[in-house]
Amino acid sequence: MNYEVNKKGFYGEYGGAFIPEMLYPNVRELQHHYLTILKDNDFQQEFRKLLKDYVGRPTPLYYAKRLSDYYKTQVYLKREDLTHTGAHKINNTIGQIIIARRLGKTRIIAETGAGQHGVATATVCALMGLKCVVYMGKLDVERQAPNVLRMKMLGAEVVPVYSGNMTLKDATNEAIRDWINNPVDTHYIIGSVVGPHPYPDLVTRLQSIISEEIRWQLKEQTGNENPDYIIACVGGGSNAAGAFYHYLDNEDVKLIAVEAGGKGIDSGESAATMVTGRPGILHGCRSMLMQTDDGQIIEPYSLSAGLDYPGIGPIHSYLYKIGRAVFENATDEEALTAAYRLTRLEGIIPALESAHALAFLDKYTFKPEDVVIINLSGRGDKDMATYIKYMEEIKD
Amino acid sequence: MNRINKLFQQKQGNILSVYCTAGYPLLDSTAFIIKALAKAGADMIEIGIPFSDPMADGPVIQKSSDRALKNGMTLNLLFEQLIDLRKEVTIPLIMMGYLNPVMQFGMENFCLRCSEAGIDGVILPDLPLDLYLEEYKSVFAKYHLKFVFLISPQTAENRIRLIDKVSNGFIYMVSASSTTGVRKGFSTAQIDYFERIDNMKLRNPRLIGFGISSHDTFSVACRYAQGAIIGSAFVKALHGVGDPEEKIRKFCHRILKK
Repeated sequence: MNYEVNKKGFYGEYGGAFIPEMLYPNVRELQHHYLTILKDNDFQQEFRKLLKDYVGRPTPLYYAKRLSDYYKTQVYLKREDLTHTGAHKINNTIGQIIIARRLGKTRIIAETGAGQHGVATATVCALMGLKCVVYMGKLDVERQAPNVLRMKMLGAEVVPVYSGNMTLKDATNEAIRDWINNPVDTHYIIGSVVGPHPYPDLVTRLQSIISEEIRWQLKEQTGNENPDYIIACVGGGSNAAGAFYHYLDNEDVKLIAVEAGGKGIDSGESAATMVTGRPGILHGCRSMLMQTDDGQIIEPYSLSAGLDYPGIGPIHSYLYKIGRAVFENATDEEALTAAYRLTRLEGIIPALESAHALAFLDKYTFKPEDVVIINLSGRGDKDMATYIKYMEEIKD
Repeated sequence: MNRINKLFQQKQGNILSVYCTAGYPLLDSTAFIIKALAKAGADMIEIGIPFSDPMADGPVIQKSSDRALKNGMTLNLLFEQLIDLRKEVTIPLIMMGYLNPVMQFGMENFCLRCSEAGIDGVILPDLPLDLYLEEYKSVFAKYHLKFVFLISPQTAENRIRLIDKVSNGFIYMVSASSTTGVRKGFSTAQIDYFERIDNMKLRNPRLIGFGISSHDTFSVACRYAQGAIIGSAFVKALHGVGDPEEKIRKFCHRILKK
């Protein structure tokens, strides 16, 4: 099977670049240059050195013994939570800022929901001395105050977005509008495997460091580079794309993506795009999309702001369609329970997003000898207020 | 002959095209506004299909879109509202919107309904040129709809030539690298761009849009193109109390200085 985008940026019927003419020169410039830059030796050296010395890679692949005993299988955690800024998001921003500099851009824009991508972008802008503007829905600005302060301390301008429902989808619209208005000096660092081609492919490649490391780390620890399962949470899907990438061709490795079930997929309040959506076009790409019969976008819901997106990366829609990956979902409550379980058994507080991947362990019976890798995409510091609120309710 | 071609044949300059959001300010305003605009001197009308996520639009059109959706506007309803309009309105009518609602409606079905309603052209800014040529050109042609492309100050010359080659109605010249909305006057860079395109001697007529809001900006645009398109400034003019027909008449007169 071929899992790469074709020349026009499609994975099967998904992807593409559905953009107004005003964005065409910018997007075209990126399409022309991104592969050349990514394959360039100097780029790779700079990128790899920063990932090692600045981000703290490789992140450990940790055999979680107590969790394994509890679930009676072999659970390994890929510790993206231990990166600088606390989530996998920085793998992408480090790569994109080097590209932006090579393209001669002097100003960076980004969208953010929970603030993790915003912080990762503000961080690399501080590192490279570039101007940074982060768009964030006004509701998220209120819900994620600590991350707003981190971005500001890092020197970024945080612009609250008042349009639409004032969350991630609207922040993305506003970042796109900024790019339309500033086509020459500005690079838009999209935070997930969404947006017009080449972003889904570009972000997937930058995040693929995750599965690249898993391969040699697992071989070192078990003698076999192939696990039986890789489990990752998906909103837009960048950590899942990175964790799956180097295993796509190996069909013995089962890939499981876990979407946010919110209050339950039948409740009308979820972000489970694969179950509740159908193909549509948003933010420049064709993919599965939560929408009304009239093609208006439906605002998603999840307790975790990082999974709160009505679409999903086109690579995932393709993997879903051809059956290469299985898409499951976990509710708010299941994720909270899983987060507390990991914390109490292993002393690791996961991001609420990553807890959705962990929750799958409760939904499936693995064989004792199965090797199960969970991509622990981020740490839970940012979710402390939520966790504390539910502490009384979780008795396990 | 298509009404768009006829218009540009009969009138070489000072063409005023006005954009209105369907279902704004009230659900059933659309037909009324179109009739009033035609009466007040507009040469062409762009009927905006509201979308929840209009990425190329500034705040004024965003808000009108939101309002229209809350009012309950849908494509089906819009086509129903337009069905008898052609008995009274003879100027060219264009449907303008984002791709997703149209795709969910079905491209062929959309074109069929446009043609039944007497629509002359379609603008879908996020439908890429290559996809149009490969998949949809024949559909628009079948229903005698002109597909209108945008160019911006950043559009490369060879691409403008290509767009000119595949267009046969008019070219929508976006006046600046920007989203829709009101700005004050034109910069030297914008005038240079207007001149540059004018000197290219394209085979299609051009209308300049984005940032046109007054008699002055309209007149300047008309110096370098066959006319201009006004959107946000008109949507704004519909705000507030007062007789809507009077507001529309005053607006057109202010722009045209009749």
